[in-house]
Amino acid sequence: MLSAIIVFPGSNCDRDVQVALKQSFGTAPRMVWHAETELPAADLIVVPGGFSYGDYLRAGSMAALAPAMREVSKLAQKGVPVLGICNGFQILCESNLLPGALIRNSGLRFVCRDVYLSVENPDTVFTRGYSVGQCVRMPIAHHDGNYVAPLETLDCLSSEGRIAFKYCDDKGIASEVANPNGSARNIAGIFNERKNVLGMMPHPERLADPALGGIDGRAMFEALAGKVFS
Amino acid sequence: MKIEVHITLKNGVLDPQGKAIERALGSLGFEGINDVRHGKFIELELSETNKERAKAQAEDMCRKLLANTVIEDYRIDIR
Repeated sequence: MLSAIIVFPGSNCDRDVQVALKQSFGTAPRMVWHAETELPAADLIVVPGGFSYGDYLRAGSMAALAPAMREVSKLAQKGVPVLGICNGFQILCESNLLPGALIRNSGLRFVCRDVYLSVENPDTVFTRGYSVGQCVRMPIAHHDGNYVAPLETLDCLSSEGRIAFKYCDDKGIASEVANPNGSARNIAGIFNERKNVLGMMPHPERLADPALGGIDGRAMFEALAGKVFS
Repeated sequence: MKIEVHITLKNGVLDPQGKAIERALGSLGFEGINDVRHGKFIELELSETNKERAKAQAEDMCRKLLANTVIEDYRIDIR
């Protein structure tokens, strides 16, 4: 199994993902600089978290125009799984690979803490290591994680099983108080229509090893590596 | 030719920064503020001298980069 990570000026979670992928895939991911015009063959492409281009103009807007992202779009259209985490999610929205946008957190503060997520659709290459309604813990660390989209888009995401994760409390209830950033319908992560592209604000790579305090994120990488994980 | 682009969040999209500014102004004693919308202002100096073409060029820039039309409106002024 091969994987690739796109690295932008300002990426800062690329090496965390590298460690998580190496652990699950058994091979070191290829680190691809944003200026590359060709991507290596890969069974998974990760667009990592960070502050690409210093979040200038809008978070992810500059990175979406990088040559490597053009290639990511082409491969995504061919069905290659693409995972965007945090700033990666923002980049995928700005690239039109995912609908909607991520604006400033409703509380205006940068939020950095662990949150609970309910698994909304475990029937995808990313989430099949989880069960429906499972409550998992993952860290968030962002200033612009407030997901917004037109009402019809939100309805479409709900009805087509394209909401991957919702922010919830420790009982698995997606309540308003459990929403850390004001996201519409407590959305923490969404799929594209074909469900081979996932964008999410929480960081699965930051809880993918017992040494990090938990392994709830690991099931995603194990599933992507084609392993059964329980 | 100088082009000014104003970008604001669409009506209906919650503007947390605008709300914070509104509250801060209230706490300073300013009264009668009904709404505050926070946005961006971008100034462009174009070599194009034809107004129509300059505006078309700026429109294209707004759609492709300057604004995210999912959440933002833009207004182009030519000086």
